[in-house]
Amino acid sequence: MIDLLAVDRHFDVGDEVVHALSEINLNLPAGDYVSVMGPSGSGKSTLLNVLGLLDRPNAGNYSFNGVETTQQGEEKRAALRRDHIGFVFQAFHLIPRLTAADNIGLPLVLAGVEPHERGVRVEEVLESLDLEERGHHRPDQLSGGQRQRVAIGRAIVMKPDLLLADEPTGNLDQHSGGEVIGLLEQLNHAGITLVVVTHDPMIGKRARRAIRMVDGRIESDTRTDAHA
Amino acid sequence: MRTRDLLRYASGSLVGARTRTLLMLLAMSVGVASVVVLTALGEGARRYVVGEFAQLGTHLLIMLPGRSETTGGATPMFGETPRDLTLGDALSLLRHRSIVRVAPLTFGNAPVSRGSREREVTVIGATHDFFPIRHLEIGSGQGLPVIDPERAANVAVLGSGLRKELFGSKQALGQWVRINDRRFRVIGILGYGGESLGQNLDDMVVIPVASAQSLFDTPSLFRVLIQARSEQDIERAQKAARDIIRERHDGEDDVTIITQDALLNTFDGILRALTYTVGGIAGISLAVAGILIMNVMLVAVSQRVAEIGLLKALGAPERQVLSLFLVESILLAGAGAALGVLISLIAIAFLRQLFPVFPIAAPLWAPLAAVGVAIATGLLFGVLPARRAAMLDPVHALTGR
Repeated sequence: MIDLLAVDRHFDVGDEVVHALSEINLNLPAGDYVSVMGPSGSGKSTLLNVLGLLDRPNAGNYSFNGVETTQQGEEKRAALRRDHIGFVFQAFHLIPRLTAADNIGLPLVLAGVEPHERGVRVEEVLESLDLEERGHHRPDQLSGGQRQRVAIGRAIVMKPDLLLADEPTGNLDQHSGGEVIGLLEQLNHAGITLVVVTHDPMIGKRARRAIRMVDGRIESDTRTDAHA
Repeated sequence: MRTRDLLRYASGSLVGARTRTLLMLLAMSVGVASVVVLTALGEGARRYVVGEFAQLGTHLLIMLPGRSETTGGATPMFGETPRDLTLGDALSLLRHRSIVRVAPLTFGNAPVSRGSREREVTVIGATHDFFPIRHLEIGSGQGLPVIDPERAANVAVLGSGLRKELFGSKQALGQWVRINDRRFRVIGILGYGGESLGQNLDDMVVIPVASAQSLFDTPSLFRVLIQARSEQDIERAQKAARDIIRERHDGEDDVTIITQDALLNTFDGILRALTYTVGGIAGISLAVAGILIMNVMLVAVSQRVAEIGLLKALGAPERQVLSLFLVESILLAGAGAALGVLISLIAIAFLRQLFPVFPIAAPLWAPLAAVGVAIATGLLFGVLPARRAAMLDPVHALTGR
């Protein structure tokens, strides 16, 4: 589903050129469950941003579902993001003035989905996340775990193929974090391709495939079939 | 994105930032309200002046002796003084069918006394037709009698103020007053409040024109009021009057005829220009409000960087982010403008209560133009912040770097 070929991404910091990604070759089949680990500054987040079409590599090719994306225009990339990619952030990034249901429905609003169908789909998602009672609450009335579940709801409401999670448990306690990971894995079981960037080795180990990055390069890429 | 959702999202974020939105609405509404109120004042002044002229009489022409313009021909060989305008001249005007009434007038100052009370007032020599032409109301008694204008008669119509000063609370009708050394019988009192263009008719006395001519010992008239048959006849009446007088004055074109309309149009034009000017000056405050909108929206963009990044991550293209922020500015400007119109209507109603004589009213174009300019300003000054939002790099926006 995802093919990165000799992808390079560098930034100019003052006089220096920092290679966030260099010579990355990566293939992710559909339904894969990948964790990306590594020290700070190793390029984990940049990799995730490139995979999510938020960032554009300086060199190399990235084909998504067989479509070469590096040369595509902004509108096309936005449409791909909207229809095929879901994001889960460490800081949740919920819009505080919107209710949980409206936050979940936001991608549908942006995509111009008709209000009735929107309602049905948001309701489905709320149900699958065990948040039926919380639909009318605003983010500040929800616990951290609930907030992250709302954010996951928003990520999956468009039924994407790829779910990218950047430190999804970073702001959560152990218990809520476990719940969130459980939820993400459940989604992966249902067929979604899952990429989780994390610092937490416990979470990293749970993935079927663990990628370790150092200095913008993939240091190791191990597949364990003993999935917990 | 559907239009309704677009509006809902934009208005939602406006409501979310309550203080910012309220302050912005205040600025915009003050701008719009000042445009509307100031043009309403200008328009009020115009209507006031036009009303005053209309009060002078309808289809009115005023003939003055002498020419107010030069013909530009050779210097006359013989010294030329304008001929007097006489009673005969005035009455001959009635020959033309476009002229229905004329009122020959003489003015002068003279002491008017009764017993020991004496006042120096303006004496107007006129005829019976003077009252209907000038729309003067007789409070009690009658106007001047219908007599041959060449005949003097010792009767007088007093202004109501003069009546009060001379007679106090006593009966005035039928009593005698003295003007200079002649005695006149009071046959009528003018209605109260006869004022027009600064001439207070309250303190005047009207006597037959022949009596006034003999009182002031002059055969000439101060002016002649001419009433045309209809609005369409005004021009014809003006030409006819000029022709008749020229014929009577041995071919000399030595009178000036002012039509009330010409006078009215001049004032109308001046006051309209004034209204536009005042409105335009107030319009500057709209531009200021526009710049404020730009400022506020720029702050909003930098405060909502994470939200913009999120929208982009969720698949909103630049175009969509741009329109979200533009719609927000336009809504802000539009709501401010609507509020401003409301405020101005209240202010105008209040001013009307305060000055009932002054016909303050906003011309229809004023609120329309103000709202139009306000929204255009919102659009214009919204472009820069909206573009900034649209161009934000989602990676940086999401990490808050």
